[in-house]
Amino acid sequence: MLRRIHSLPALIATLLLVVAAISGAILSVNPAIERLGTHVPGNGQISVAVLAERVAQHYPGVEQIQRSPSGSITVYYSRDGGTGAERVDPLSGQGIGPYAPSPFTRWIKNLHRSFLADTPGRAVAGVSALIMLVLCLSGMALLIKRVGGWRQLLRPLRGNFSQRWHAELGRVAIFGLLLSALTGLYMSAATFGLISDGTQNELDFPSVTTIGTPAPIGTLPALQGIDLNDLRELVYPSPDNPEDFYSLRTAQGDGYVDQASGALLSWQAHGGIQKTYQLIYQLHTGEGLWWLGLILGVSALSVPLMGATGVTVWWQRHRSMPRIADNSGAQSADTVILVGSESNSTWGFAKALHDALREAGQRVHTAPMNQLATQYRQAKHLFILTSTYADGEAPSSANRFLARLDKFSDSHRPSFAVLGFGDRQFLKFCQFARDTQEAMLARGWKQALDLDTIDRQSTQDFARWGQAVGPLFGRELTLAYTHNHPQTQPLQLISRSDYGIEVQAPTSILRFGPIAPKGRIARFVRRIGFNGLPRFEAGDLVAIVPPGSPVPRFYSLASGSKDGFLEICVRKHPEGLCSGMLHGLQPGDTIHAFIQPNPGFRPASGKAPVILIGAGAGIGPLAGFIRNNTDKYPMYLYWGGRDPASDFLYKPELDGYLADRRLTELHAAFSRVKQGAYVQHRVLDNATEIRGLIEEGAQILVCGSRAMATSIMQALDGILSPIELDVRTLKLQGRYREDVFG
Amino acid sequence: MNKIVLSLCLAGFIALPGLAQARPVTLTTQLKNYSGDGAYLAIYVTDAAGQYQKTLWVSGKKAKHYKNLRDWARGSGMNRAEYDGVSGASVGSGRALKVTVDLADTLIDAGYEIRMDSAVEDGRDNPADVRTPLTTEGAGKPAAGRGYVQSLTYDM
Repeated sequence: MLRRIHSLPALIATLLLVVAAISGAILSVNPAIERLGTHVPGNGQISVAVLAERVAQHYPGVEQIQRSPSGSITVYYSRDGGTGAERVDPLSGQGIGPYAPSPFTRWIKNLHRSFLADTPGRAVAGVSALIMLVLCLSGMALLIKRVGGWRQLLRPLRGNFSQRWHAELGRVAIFGLLLSALTGLYMSAATFGLISDGTQNELDFPSVTTIGTPAPIGTLPALQGIDLNDLRELVYPSPDNPEDFYSLRTAQGDGYVDQASGALLSWQAHGGIQKTYQLIYQLHTGEGLWWLGLILGVSALSVPLMGATGVTVWWQRHRSMPRIADNSGAQSADTVILVGSESNSTWGFAKALHDALREAGQRVHTAPMNQLATQYRQAKHLFILTSTYADGEAPSSANRFLARLDKFSDSHRPSFAVLGFGDRQFLKFCQFARDTQEAMLARGWKQALDLDTIDRQSTQDFARWGQAVGPLFGRELTLAYTHNHPQTQPLQLISRSDYGIEVQAPTSILRFGPIAPKGRIARFVRRIGFNGLPRFEAGDLVAIVPPGSPVPRFYSLASGSKDGFLEICVRKHPEGLCSGMLHGLQPGDTIHAFIQPNPGFRPASGKAPVILIGAGAGIGPLAGFIRNNTDKYPMYLYWGGRDPASDFLYKPELDGYLADRRLTELHAAFSRVKQGAYVQHRVLDNATEIRGLIEEGAQILVCGSRAMATSIMQALDGILSPIELDVRTLKLQGRYREDVFG
Repeated sequence: MNKIVLSLCLAGFIALPGLAQARPVTLTTQLKNYSGDGAYLAIYVTDAAGQYQKTLWVSGKKAKHYKNLRDWARGSGMNRAEYDGVSGASVGSGRALKVTVDLADTLIDAGYEIRMDSAVEDGRDNPADVRTPLTTEGAGKPAAGRGYVQSLTYDM
């Protein structure tokens, strides 16, 4: 619901908001520019009378003096039957140049407040301000929900490129945008008379005036009493009308001044409503508050980017919602699939299951979890595929599921299996799937399969789950979910170095390059700097599609595209289709691959130390980080292998990195030697040092098997307890990142 | 109550000369090419001493800007009854305004003047931008303005 409140108005109004924001940003620099070119005298230095006297010397035909909020003084005068306007120096009253408001600024101003369409345009602008306000509030609510509470608002954000930038920009710009929207809305309401701006009860012209000889302006007491910095406007009486008077507008109030006696004929101080409007106007335009203007302008610049990323996020979500073909009715289906999804990515998996079961001859009904029926008359099996939202909450298509579960009839209950989707880096990994599982067991539902989980949309995990589902239908079930992955690209093996054969852990470092260019143009393009590789960084994933399987396998990259090659470190698994294929490659052989960015797993920028922990082939991305550490920030590597004589991966490179200080310290542990140890032991040995580094703000990156990662987490929790920290906290702060497999 | 009485009186005041003898007068105003948004204009009749008599036309819809048409605002008191039915949109830079209004015969060739005040947002106010005597002889002869107005012509 909240999401719809956010995205629907945004989709409608994005273009208008972008126009309003860009024009607003352009206008926002004006107060600063004006302030730069203006000399503002101190308070109490010059009175209006003094300035007017000096101006009169230079402009005998002066008709009007205006002071802008930034302090520049403009004199309007007539001379020889014509009229003119000049900016004058407040101290001398001397002209410093003609006053010519820029037509460009005027055009931008009209674009900003009325989209160049006058009154109807102003109404649209007012509605835009309202939409902006709704977007700010709903966006903030969504972000708070997503990060798990407002206390977490400043933590590092996760998600894909668009999601992250949308939220990142949003939380920076929110205050500026909120202020602009609120004040803009107020001004619009005042324009249309919905709110009073205080000008309705303005001072009437004085009815009685004394007729006398006009006195020199410098001698008028009412003008002597007003500081120049409080002046807004002084309008002179018509020279041929002895009954006329000066009109005076100041920061405090408005009044009329007799041109003979110099007395105030009438005076009206600004009321609260008028002062409020003036303040709001100032907060919106930044007039007289140039620094605020600039802040608002910079905030406004985020709007086009927010619009672009927001529409992208919406489109990605919209596109990932698959059309389920041949969906059977809820009451006629043999098998029911319910989907709990926030970003719709889980639907792709549901569709794969749906299609596979249909092929197996089942009548399948697939629906969002919120559409749980009160009974399924024919169904024997119920599969629930669900992700988890934020801090363990139900995703949007499942937020009413538990309530509906209570209304389900006691008969016609199929046996169920829950499959949770999530990211192990989150603390409450698959929490909602677990909650669902428990709720169903508690209500006496029969379980067909244990709860299973899929980490980061792993197609391998999903295929494995399919093998467990098959027997329920008495046959083999192949769940081939393919991400809508990009086009693969051929890569050629350049070189390989093999380790660990003697210790039954055959591991190879494989280095790939682009296919040799064919033809002169391709060779030329290659020579001028395009190395023919896709863009990637160490820590990203390369997806390799092995022959005979539609499901790509993901490997962490040990190099960045700037290195000029693509390097991975692969352990051969006894039954592994892809690792077996990779280990069989000889230089010159070709694979097909694409890149999947993994921006969450890489050293944070900055000088804080980085602690890298890994075991076995998990050293790959860690070695890549060290290779790229050309600024030589402190990096500490803890790594576990089996035998230094056989599987000391990257040994020559690491020695080189230690020598040129790209690597600060290396702590290796080996398990198949005398007094063998695992990497967590090495970590515990150096507890004091690690604790010190973490107190300095160090970041920890862990890569390797799930079992090793768990041991490391336990070891670190022990190390951190004396300083009242734990891995959970570090994870929340974005200082503990894992890339874990198997 | 007082206001209603006042309005009725004013309405009567405006209607009376019309009842006596009135004729249509076409006012043509040509604006200069100035830099700024649409101009607010007030065309009105004064006596020789500059005393306000009657509003002929007001251009510009937002009443809160009317005080910038200073002389007219003072004279008319900006009473809605004074300009009801004889007002329209503001006039853009370089544009012309052509309107036909009814004018009492008693005001013609009797020492009265047509005046026009003009004002533009973020620009100057021009009280008495144009002044021209209201005479049969002066009809059809453009009178030059000193502010935003190039010329004002009245035809009868």
